[in-house]
Amino acid sequence: MNDFIAARSQMGLSLGFHIVFSCIGMVMPFFMAVAHFYWLRTNNIVYKNITKAWSKGVAIFFATGAVSGTVLSFELGLLWPEFMKHAGPIFGMPFSLEGTAFFIEAIALGFFLYGWDRFNKWFHWVTGVVVGVSGLISGILVVAANAWMNSPAGFDFIDGQYLNIDPIKAMFNDAWFSQALHMCIAAFSATGFAVAGIHALMILKKKNVYFHMQSFRIAAVFACVAAVLQPLSGDISAKDVGKRQPAKLAAMEAHFHTEAAAPLIIGGIPDEKTREVKYALKIPGLLSFMLHEDFTTPVDGLDKIPLENQPPVAITHYAFQIMVGLGMIMLLIAVCYFIAILKKKSWLRSQWLLRLFVIATPMGFIAVEAGWTVTEVGRQPWIINGIMRTADAVTPMPGIVYSFYIFTAMYISLSLIVTFLLYRQIKMVGNIYDVSPSSKNQAI
Amino acid sequence: MIYVVIVYLWAAILLYILMGGADFGAGIIELFTSKRNKQHTRNTMYRAIAPIWEANHMWLIIAIVVLFVGFPDIYTTISTHLHIPLVIMLFGIIARGTAFTFRNYDAVVDNMQKVYNKIFVYSSFITPFFLGVIAASAVSGKIDPDAHDFLSAYIFSWLNWFSVAVGFFTVAICGFLAAIFIIGETDDELNRKRFIRKAKQMNLAAVVFGALVFIAAHSEGIPLDTWLFGNAVGIIAITAATLSLILLWFLLLKKGKLIIIRVLAGFQVTMILLAITLRHYPNIVIMKGGRYLSLMEHAGQERAIYSLGMALLLGSIFILPALFYLLYSFNKNYNK
Ligand code: HDD
Ligand code: HEM
Ligand code: HEM
Repeated sequence: MNDFIAARSQMGLSLGFHIVFSCIGMVMPFFMAVAHFYWLRTNNIVYKNITKAWSKGVAIFFATGAVSGTVLSFELGLLWPEFMKHAGPIFGMPFSLEGTAFFIEAIALGFFLYGWDRFNKWFHWVTGVVVGVSGLISGILVVAANAWMNSPAGFDFIDGQYLNIDPIKAMFNDAWFSQALHMCIAAFSATGFAVAGIHALMILKKKNVYFHMQSFRIAAVFACVAAVLQPLSGDISAKDVGKRQPAKLAAMEAHFHTEAAAPLIIGGIPDEKTREVKYALKIPGLLSFMLHEDFTTPVDGLDKIPLENQPPVAITHYAFQIMVGLGMIMLLIAVCYFIAILKKKSWLRSQWLLRLFVIATPMGFIAVEAGWTVTEVGRQPWIINGIMRTADAVTPMPGIVYSFYIFTAMYISLSLIVTFLLYRQIKMVGNIYDVSPSSKNQAI
Repeated sequence: MIYVVIVYLWAAILLYILMGGADFGAGIIELFTSKRNKQHTRNTMYRAIAPIWEANHMWLIIAIVVLFVGFPDIYTTISTHLHIPLVIMLFGIIARGTAFTFRNYDAVVDNMQKVYNKIFVYSSFITPFFLGVIAASAVSGKIDPDAHDFLSAYIFSWLNWFSVAVGFFTVAICGFLAAIFIIGETDDELNRKRFIRKAKQMNLAAVVFGALVFIAAHSEGIPLDTWLFGNAVGIIAITAATLSLILLWFLLLKKGKLIIIRVLAGFQVTMILLAITLRHYPNIVIMKGGRYLSLMEHAGQERAIYSLGMALLLGSIFILPALFYLLYSFNKNYNK
């Protein structure tokens, strides 16, 4: 491994780690707000218990998200100084606004976690909602910064100089909307399926069934609504990528040759040497249709892109297939769940539906990681699309390989500890809270 | 607008030292507390710090964002040449934040607590130490942008006696701030006395390390004394800091009013930072051969500075009232 690959891997690892915590930090406050709301309205103690149990888990995730985010803001400079030197002032606007959003989030979190029985109960509820809203805003802002790397805007690039900077224009670049929309929905579906899956497992194990059933319902509804919206917003994203980054699109689809009536290639093994895709399912004309709403319009393939500007095809293609495949499975589960609550109540008591949710527990997060791999690897070799190459941005300091190893070890141990703590939280639910249905009406 | 941005940068650094410093200090005090009293110290500090630690931590992020948006040359020079101490500091931040949260949110209390405690106290020491090292190295004139061999470009840029002395000095200041902060959070007379004693010890340590900083600066050929005493503002600030120190000791001995003690401690640290920064303002990075990076000459383009300033002003409208209310509410509740 050379230093350049190490730097890219370290960046990808840090971001891939952070995104898990930020998804949870953005979405869980909304779940808690719903449970908290039920508690305030119905006085059913189980909802208070759910809110408290969740907030303990969330506190762990928040702290880990906050420190890993802090690391990222340094890492941008530690690993990519040449990039930050030029890009910092241009795409800095979302980061400076994000500072405010994070700050509000941290303040509201202080109120929410430590404010039980101390403040007016509705004030306390609102602080919980504020945590969620500001988390979501900060997520949108930071994705806008990433979108700028895909679709640079707000400056004139003349003779290697970055002139006439306009940070507002840079923030509202062409890609920010489709990316931010897709990301927000993804956060809801990933977190929703993870939470619903864990509670479904506990129901199947017959542990504190009443408590877990109520928690499951809240998470599952969010997850399933998001899972239905996801492919729709994915379609917007794909059309958008087709326009602004044809090389990325071609790599996603493993579309080597420009063709009229381009086929949609599903699965398969792309061979970058022979420029063929083996064992794939090809649906003639569908790619043309998806991008241009017409079965015969040609779609640019990788042959239109100079070799030195092509992204790695295999990784991008596999990652894209994984994301879309998982998205389709989650869509199916969501459809089943909606049928269950609207038409066939008996399904809700059956085991197979819960089993499906258990199986889907990690799917959302795997899809998130895969989706980011598509976006980031598909942008290579550029760090700023069409403007600056990743290789020209990397730090001159040697020995990044060691730093990569150390960071990897740290992230692995943190993941282990967080999993361990979460396991303990869930195991203790029955001991900490009185969660039997008989306690249902004993509140206050 | 550039002045607005500079003021914010300075304020963010100051607030990080004051509030984040008190936060780090809590761990430092725990490190130097006898076994018998550890648990009590821990509980008191937890109650005082838990609701606000995430917010304290944000000042660092603000400072970093201001640097990379407004002063990209400064940000990239520091992060290239001080890569190693920065990474160590980052590890400290990660270890500390997670250990602190884990120990309070672990659903089962068992031997893991010992592990969290160890990690927490040692990283509370390491993080401010390297923060001090980084700050000192930025102005020590040891960064050599032309160096090509590994040692002189990436190691000797920060590894010298001056930086190390400043590192210890920072640790002592943090411990001092924490002790002062916690005096007001204790509920009984015995503990009050204990933390007052801790505050005095930490202050003494700060004075000793402060002296060492001067000695180290002298031996490294860094003209620290002319920076501090070479102009009127520096002299006034240092005198004010010394006077407040004397007053502070007097009040600590006499059991003076808490709020005055806190304000004095904050004032003292503010004056020290002011004296150091004002002397070579607007240059904040001083490199080998007298070259420097200046807040004025190395600022980003006007539009970038303008929108950064607007974002900061806008943010303050939301943040400051909320933050005050947070501090106020939790203070009020503990002091009843
Ligand atoms: C729960 C997660 C999840 C699921 C089920 C899907 N996606 Fe996705 N996708 C993401 C999570 C995600 C993501 C991690 O959030 C990405 C990475 C960058 C971004 O903005 O969103 C992403 C990126 C991304 C991109 C690249 C955007 C860019 O580079 O700007 C495309 C074209 C799609 N997605 C398309 C789809 C389609 C057609 C799906 C059909 C089911 C789909 N995604 C399901
Ligand atoms: C949190 C979700 C994200 C994930 C999982 C992610 C993942 C990755 C991965 C896998 C790489 C390595 C790509 C390669 O070198 O082949 C990478 C690179 C990078 N990402 Fe992201 N990314 C995310 C969001 C962002 C955001 C929001 C930004 C910036 C604002 C960003 C900035 C960068 C930079 C600067 C690099 C290094 C240069 C490059 O390889 O192009 N990323 N990321
Ligand atoms: C798509 C990618 C990202 C998303 C959606 C995201 C979102 C979030 C969210 C919601 C938080 C709040 C803390 C939590 O909920 O746990 C957070 C924390 C943080 N993130 Fe990210 N982030 C992303 C990538 C980045 C990048 C690339 C950076 C750095 C340049 C960054 C910097 C930070 C910082 C500094 C914090 C700590 C704030 C605090 O202390 O509360 N994030 N992120």
